[in-house]
Amino acid sequence: MTAPAVELRGLRVELGGTPILAGVDLAVAVGEWVTVIGPNGAGKSTLLRAVGGLLPAPGAVSLFGTPINSLRRRDRARVVATVAQSPVVPAGMSVFDYVLLGRTPYIPALGRESTADLAAVHEVLDRLDLGAFGRRELATLSGGERQRVFLARALAQGATLLLLDEPTSALDIGHQQEVLELVDQLRREHDLTVLATMHDLSIAGEYADRLVLLADGRVAAAGPPQEVLTEALLATHYRANVRVIPGDHGPLVVPVRPR
Amino acid sequence: MTVRPADNAHRPAGTPDASRPAGMPDVNPPAPVGKRPPAGPGATVRPAGLRTRWLLAGIGAVLVALVAGVSLGPVSLPPGSVAAELLNLLPGVHLDSGLTEREIAIVTELRLPRVVLGLLVGALLALAGGCYQGVFRNPLADPYLLGVAAGAGLAVTAVIALGAGAGGALTGMPLTIPLAAFVGSLGAVLMTYLLGAAGGRDRSPATLILAGVAVSAFLSAGQTYLLQRNSDSIQQVYSWLLGRLATAGWHDVRLVLPYFVLTAVVVLLHRRELDVLSVGDDEATSLGLHPQRSRYLLIAAASLGTAAAVSASGLIGFVGIIVPHTVRLLAGSSYRVILPLSMLFGGAFLALTDVVARTAAAPAEIPIGVVTALLGGPFFVLVLRTARRVLT
Repeated sequence: MTAPAVELRGLRVELGGTPILAGVDLAVAVGEWVTVIGPNGAGKSTLLRAVGGLLPAPGAVSLFGTPINSLRRRDRARVVATVAQSPVVPAGMSVFDYVLLGRTPYIPALGRESTADLAAVHEVLDRLDLGAFGRRELATLSGGERQRVFLARALAQGATLLLLDEPTSALDIGHQQEVLELVDQLRREHDLTVLATMHDLSIAGEYADRLVLLADGRVAAAGPPQEVLTEALLATHYRANVRVIPGDHGPLVVPVRPR
Repeated sequence: MTVRPADNAHRPAGTPDASRPAGMPDVNPPAPVGKRPPAGPGATVRPAGLRTRWLLAGIGAVLVALVAGVSLGPVSLPPGSVAAELLNLLPGVHLDSGLTEREIAIVTELRLPRVVLGLLVGALLALAGGCYQGVFRNPLADPYLLGVAAGAGLAVTAVIALGAGAGGALTGMPLTIPLAAFVGSLGAVLMTYLLGAAGGRDRSPATLILAGVAVSAFLSAGQTYLLQRNSDSIQQVYSWLLGRLATAGWHDVRLVLPYFVLTAVVVLLHRRELDVLSVGDDEATSLGLHPQRSRYLLIAAASLGTAAAVSASGLIGFVGIIVPHTVRLLAGSSYRVILPLSMLFGGAFLALTDVVARTAAAPAEIPIGVVTALLGGPFFVLVLRTARRVLT
């Protein structure tokens, strides 16, 4: 039996004395897409940061069966890649150079990129239809194009676990669907595991195998979208008045003005 | 079981990896066999790097500065002869420059050391400035950001003021002022670091910059107080503060050279890492780096180099901020371009500035810090205007 891609056991995180995560258990199987939902401040991003190794969480996080603390940073970077909610766009950097940053864990600390690294970047750019953008300055791209470039950088990292923090929050609905379809396609083609956070509940349910509802730093509900996206759960944890309508790919959550 | 992902940088994509333990997925996505990057626009894209023509331009600038700096002065020497005499310094070269013994002495013992010192100091300041701008992700960062100027200023003022009180015995020694400047510079950076670290867990670059502001203000106040109490030393202090390239022969060059080598090696080796740091600490960490560790190492190296430059030549402003930005605007924004070119052009710029400083109002010398700002300011405005035209 293969170890899960992500395993959290009693993950607790405090930031400045305030408990953000108060004991979260979660397992994400290899190849699975799990999306974490929850109201603002529930700890979604913190959870992702802990899985990505950006927060100390001794003993609580394992990736592919290995405690994250026992992985060296470079090795960890070859296993898990993160796309932040709004990544910094360095002024003057070309798309090609930005995607090449993804090869950092393979480039010797004080050395330079190999032809294999360059080939990997070309390949990823082609796969994401970004070949024509290589020379362009990243800052001049539109939101949807940028999101594809951020994904390309993560893919160039060669990691099979992808952490996506609000990957679509800056996009219109057309581009949201385009990016998420792309992620799903890549996941199938390359056996990637996806752990994401998302605000739009209908879209979250349509693309994820499982949803995890986080509230007050704990898992309030977890399971297939139709079990988590219920009017009762959303009313309790989001204090939202919604109607849940069955859809082709999962429940559709429609906000309704209270009375 | 400990899992060590295989180094797959040189392994053809998709091939089985024997060193990969069971349970760990292949981290190398298989590439479509036989599919090569298309010969479209994407195929010819090269990563940012130092282009040969820019490297040659930088070296050319240094050579021009070298010959001009040695040729021009109270006694002007023909540049061709000077170039020949400079080549004679290389082992195995014997050219007839047509210069007299006295002129050769002017070249090798008076002017050359001064030009070389200018090259070293200019290179150090520009390199340290470019490095600070990358480390702090702040275009306004200059080598004096963390209190170097104030620390050196206070220490030198103290030595001059107190030394004058002691009958000039202290200031008479040639090494006292450089040593005071060096110790003062590094002391101030150390104070800034300790103060920034005392800020608790938040050791962000911004905390360090604020600590630098506080330390600078504190030390400058001390310096102002000392000057107020010892107003007779104001002129000597100011002539040091405004910067000048010392003319003590090869002595100063020998003092600065080791720090120059150390700083240049450490900073240049990290030029790629500075590019990664430009996406932020979180992302750099995700990519496998230790941003904090790199930042402190680079700050230490750049500060050491700056302290050495300051101890040799006083507080020469402008070079550390203008040169890296000019390079960035003209040659590219990658630190793999900015850092080496800043060294070359920074050195050439300062050596040429020094020519103006010692010839424009001869026999008097204009403080070189005044000339760098007077020449550098308008030049930078010009670069800003042209670069914007190129970009849009």
